[in-house]
Amino acid sequence: MRKYLSFFRIRFIAGPQYRAAAWAGIATQFAWGGMNILMFRAFYESGQNSFPMPFSSLSSYIWLQQAFLALFMAWFFDSEIFDSIVSGNIAYELCRPCDIYGMWFTKNLAIRISRAVLRCMPILIFAFLLPKPYCLSLPADLLSAVLFGVSTVLGLLVIVSFSMLIYISAFYTVSPMGVRILATSVIEFFAGALIPIPFFPQWLQPFIYALPFASMQNTPFLIYTGFLSGWEAVKSIGLQLIWFIILFVLGQLLIKHAIKKVVVQGG
Amino acid sequence: MIELKNISKTFKVAKRSAGFTEAVKGLFKKDYTYINALQDVSFTINDGEMVGYIGPNGAGKSSTIKIMSGVLTPDSGECIINGRTPWKDRVSHVRDIGVVFGQRSQLWWDVPVIDSFELIRDIYKVDKSEYKKTLSSLTELLDIGEIVKTPARQLSLGQRMRCEIAASLLHNPKILFLDEPTIGLDAVSKIAVREFIKTVNRENKTTVILTTHDMQDIEALTERILLIGKGRILLDGSLSQLKKRNSTHKTVTVDYTGASLPALENAVVVKDLNGHGEIVIDTAIVTVSQIISVISAAVEVKDISVVGETVDETVVSLYKEFEI
Amino acid sequence: MQYKASFFMTALGQFLISFTTFIGMYFMLSRFNSVKGFSLSEILICFSIVLMAFSITECFARGFDVFPRLIRSGDLDRIIVRPRGIVFQVLTSNMEFSRVGRLLQAVIMLAYAIPACGVQWTWDKVLTLALMLFGGVAVFTALFILYAGISFFTIEGLEFMNIFTDGSREFGKYPLSVYGEGMLKIYTFVVPIALFQYYPFLYLVGRSDNLWYAFLPLLAALFIIPCYLFFRFGLRKYKSTGS
Repeated sequence: MRKYLSFFRIRFIAGPQYRAAAWAGIATQFAWGGMNILMFRAFYESGQNSFPMPFSSLSSYIWLQQAFLALFMAWFFDSEIFDSIVSGNIAYELCRPCDIYGMWFTKNLAIRISRAVLRCMPILIFAFLLPKPYCLSLPADLLSAVLFGVSTVLGLLVIVSFSMLIYISAFYTVSPMGVRILATSVIEFFAGALIPIPFFPQWLQPFIYALPFASMQNTPFLIYTGFLSGWEAVKSIGLQLIWFIILFVLGQLLIKHAIKKVVVQGG
Repeated sequence: MIELKNISKTFKVAKRSAGFTEAVKGLFKKDYTYINALQDVSFTINDGEMVGYIGPNGAGKSSTIKIMSGVLTPDSGECIINGRTPWKDRVSHVRDIGVVFGQRSQLWWDVPVIDSFELIRDIYKVDKSEYKKTLSSLTELLDIGEIVKTPARQLSLGQRMRCEIAASLLHNPKILFLDEPTIGLDAVSKIAVREFIKTVNRENKTTVILTTHDMQDIEALTERILLIGKGRILLDGSLSQLKKRNSTHKTVTVDYTGASLPALENAVVVKDLNGHGEIVIDTAIVTVSQIISVISAAVEVKDISVVGETVDETVVSLYKEFEI
Repeated sequence: MQYKASFFMTALGQFLISFTTFIGMYFMLSRFNSVKGFSLSEILICFSIVLMAFSITECFARGFDVFPRLIRSGDLDRIIVRPRGIVFQVLTSNMEFSRVGRLLQAVIMLAYAIPACGVQWTWDKVLTLALMLFGGVAVFTALFILYAGISFFTIEGLEFMNIFTDGSREFGKYPLSVYGEGMLKIYTFVVPIALFQYYPFLYLVGRSDNLWYAFLPLLAALFIIPCYLFFRFGLRKYKSTGS
């Protein structure tokens, strides 16, 4: 465990070096969030009754999305990992008494968390200060806040364990780049990164909620905004946990197979 | 102790063919070529030995190193290192070995080197006080006390290599694999690295296995040489044996005053013009001193030099001899 | 072989990325029927023109997109010492045809929207459409050049430019008035996206009779001049300081 903590630390401390990038990122995300809210406002004005949640909840959803973008970004993949698989240098990583899955998992967690920590506060604070209903409002009660916290952690674990599968696929496919882009677009769409899942057609929603992608950013944000509460929220968190376990175990099995292949075939 | 017995390894490589129709065919049926990376490789290396492992590119050097470090499984044969089979017992085996790949960094490039060291300490679960001791002796020997505070990406190649070597020794491995440790280094760094490797080998009794293309490394460091070519061990012996084997021919160059060189038995005068002569002799038949005494008896020698084959030339001629 | 498979997958991925954007838009409009009075087929005209202009630009001006990498890797120095125009060389240094995935999507959407939006296709409307596309390519090229120019000064801060490059593509999918008066002004006077997207679009779908709107994309194309001058300025600074 200690080595993973240490591994986490080293990736984490590397983050703040890129401070200028962080400020540029914050500005971009702020503008991006603002544009999205303006777009939804236009829809809200066109038909309030079709809007599945109060407009202020939507604003909160968008700001959370921007503030925690780094936690849940679908397009982030560590190219070092892909390179080491494709070039066969992965063999050298086996020269350490370390579990590859654990190492990569920790690395991804650390990069996402360190970027998010660096970027979330300014966005959250700015967003709080905006006028109603464009601002980020507080969660309805303490319980939602706690559930939001738990669900955020689980959501992060789900997306990282899913991206592990994409890394592992590079052992088998001729085009990791292509798989990566495909995965990105699928995750973005079904996770509710383009439009929140409550805006999807009614008939489609049950299917989408059952996919692992809904257990990424969707669950914590909907809990925060009060769209999911009480028993519903707890059930969704349970589903997140189940998805995390499934993806995690699947990743472990696949990487074992992949490494066996490397060790026999020389990469 | 490292013991390899009859290790063989074949790689299956998919043939890639040009052209669209060929590519479509390739979707259904792939043609493979088989490359015999290692054939019947056997050798034994004792504790505390320093061995140079040489051979041309693609001869099987890195496959052997990979097998010995547990990241590649051979098709057949046995490999026992300190009582363990590396690929079966990978995690506990790699705790005992240190690996430096000259072309690849094990340091995390965007954090200070010392942070990488501490991470390595945690990965190998090195005891804190022991780590301190090892680190201070390493920093002193390699003179990296100042540079460890810099991120790896800002280091020069020589500085980086010294840090790499330190990183691979933090857990006090019993065996150290060095894959081209001096590649691309300037003369000063090369000498520093060589000196250090010698010290580690002498003081800690660390077994060192060194692959290199730099024959000066071999000359400076190793007593014993393993020459591999086309997947086979071609020669296992000492450096002087290697030299002797192929360098019985020497060239004697003489500047003299006098008419011409005397007739020589058992030697060939390849050049004799205006008081400058070159004679090639075979030391298996006649010694250098015999020839010199014959020459100096006949003419007045102004300058004389004897040149044997360099190690580089020896290796090239060995390659030729074995047709690799 | 490997290259072809990779190309295909990447193109498919590119297609999917913009296709999911379309699906999202479709979901929103089937829920709300219209936004600010615009119907789906009208919006699709905007979306396809912007996407088409963007992906055409990306296909051939990709070199400017990877420009920061040219600077960092030192390849730019190699380009400078060659006896050809720098802009020409950068343009040709990196063609990215996997973006045809996006282009294909744009073509399909336009093919659907053209008959569906109820426009009488007289010559002036066809000309308007062509001018919109031309203006779009010009503005996106200008933005890419601007992006490259900024990378002479800051590489880390470049992410901010994404608001204008990726952002214009992303938010240009709706007629720009959707974002309110203030935004429309910014997109008219600061980054002239609206000049090739919103105003000629109004004329195209018959919401405005002002024929001048059809020619605004030509004005938008002038945006390339200040962007190019800025790039030259950055390049001069790079040459004199070497960093």
